[in-house]
Amino acid sequence: MKSPSTATVYRWELRKLRSQKRTYLGLGAATVVPLIFAVAVALQPGGPRDVPFGRYIHDTGLAIPLVLLLFGSIWLFPLITALVAGDIFATEDQNGTLKTILTRSVSRAQIFAAKTLAAFTYGAFAILLTGTVATVAGVIVSGFNPIPTLTGTTVSATEGLGLVAASLAVYLMPIIAIACIALLFSTAFKNSAGAVVGTLMFSLLLQLLTIIPGLGGLKPYMLSTQFNAWQGLLRTPADWEPIIRAAWVCSAYAIPALLVALVIFLRRDVAGG
Amino acid sequence: MTVERGDVFGYLGPNGAGKTTSMRMMLGLIRPTEGTARLFGRDPQESIDALEGVAGFVEAPRFYPYLDGRTNLKLLAALDGNDAASLVEEVLEVVELSDRGRDRVGGYSHGMRQRLGIAASLLRRPKLLMLDEPATGLDPAGMRDMRRLVRRLADDGMTVLLSSHLLAEVEELCNRVAIIRKGSVVYEGKLADLRLAAGLSYRLRTTDDLVARRIVSEQDGIEEVRDTPDGRIAFHPADEQVVAKLSGRLAEAGALIIELAPREATLEELFFDLTEDDADAADEARVSQAIDTIEGSP
Repeated sequence: MKSPSTATVYRWELRKLRSQKRTYLGLGAATVVPLIFAVAVALQPGGPRDVPFGRYIHDTGLAIPLVLLLFGSIWLFPLITALVAGDIFATEDQNGTLKTILTRSVSRAQIFAAKTLAAFTYGAFAILLTGTVATVAGVIVSGFNPIPTLTGTTVSATEGLGLVAASLAVYLMPIIAIACIALLFSTAFKNSAGAVVGTLMFSLLLQLLTIIPGLGGLKPYMLSTQFNAWQGLLRTPADWEPIIRAAWVCSAYAIPALLVALVIFLRRDVAGG
Repeated sequence: MTVERGDVFGYLGPNGAGKTTSMRMMLGLIRPTEGTARLFGRDPQESIDALEGVAGFVEAPRFYPYLDGRTNLKLLAALDGNDAASLVEEVLEVVELSDRGRDRVGGYSHGMRQRLGIAASLLRRPKLLMLDEPATGLDPAGMRDMRRLVRRLADDGMTVLLSSHLLAEVEELCNRVAIIRKGSVVYEGKLADLRLAAGLSYRLRTTDDLVARRIVSEQDGIEEVRDTPDGRIAFHPADEQVVAKLSGRLAEAGALIIELAPREATLEELFFDLTEDDADAADEARVSQAIDTIEGSP
């Protein structure tokens, strides 16, 4: 018997995601939020001057996706990510379809890998969508103009566009880590709502920890802090230290969560449904 | 428990006896606390390859409600590999769902989902088809259709393991049965042998049942005398000569025979005899020990 490849299982996981309302709820938010933000920028003369790039949103459309990355890290992107990653295993439990797919010719490890990759793909697509919509809407509202960096130099619009793209890529690291936490909760809780809310609470908790007096030393190692690592790219010269730290800190959250989720999934009894 | 090639094997037991649990073990969905379950000699806990040639469902078959029936089957065919995808239309035809294949499964009736479950199983070209209560929850027409379908598959040479508590269904479809009680197999074999082992019983009604009851009880060669709920005297004679002698004695005693008829035990009676016995023998083994080996030949 020739077993199907993991790539085949992955393609069908994507097919399932494409057919679920929850996917479009997340992608809808990833599209609508930057549009609303761009419209607000167009209608109001001021802006969020106390955040990096907030003062430039009327000067260049490239500032808009960057400001959104800052605001979105609090709950928007963790929520969008958790909507699918927190659901992807739990929904199979709730529908009783886990037993259906586990009695075919693919191993549990293949199903786990395919679902994990599908959740990552969705997370990456959501970020890409937000970045694209924010950039296009920003350029329409504020123009395709050079953007000042955090160190005071100004880069051309074309170079700025590349930096926005690179920032989105760096932003993916904590997003993937959040997805791994959501996958763990999805596997362990067997309940979509519990996994989504749990992931969001976890994300918010990490942010709250950093403002508790005496715990400031933990801040560089909090997952929430890694959402700002992309700012290293917006310096001249680029500061790679926060990006490198984000890579290993995010891995330190993601890999154990994923391994525990895998062990749970491989060993669990499927008695419901 | 051994399922032979070509069997339609009835797996019987009261609720909670362990039928579904043991089938989950056979399909590798849960781990036995002790003992092993093997399919064609392979342990499904060790590798998914153990399910090669095996298909079926436990409890109700489940599908993705937001996908249509055809797409659900295509998905499962993709997870089966080989040429399963080329069988989608054929199996939809077999279960008479071709015209509903483009409808979302969320809108399917219970009966349609059961049939789709069988279609999904057929994608694997199974040598052994395991069905857990396939007719439960269906209306009479749905039950009839399901039985016809299982009969047709069996006639085509497929081996079927059919878990059920619908005794009429088992009687109609199965040639061999295993009866499980508290996790132990209390009978395994042909239905005909079970009936033979139970022996032929007679029902008696006379003009004076009090006298008749005494005479029957005293008659040599008669065992298990009891009163039936419908007012008759039931007993097991050693042979027909004993019955002939009894009829003579009844006539001599003035208990004239109104009815004296042989009666083959129904599966229901045999089932209750085996599953409601208070003997503790069934406590000896757990499900995992009882369901040690499922063997079948291609």
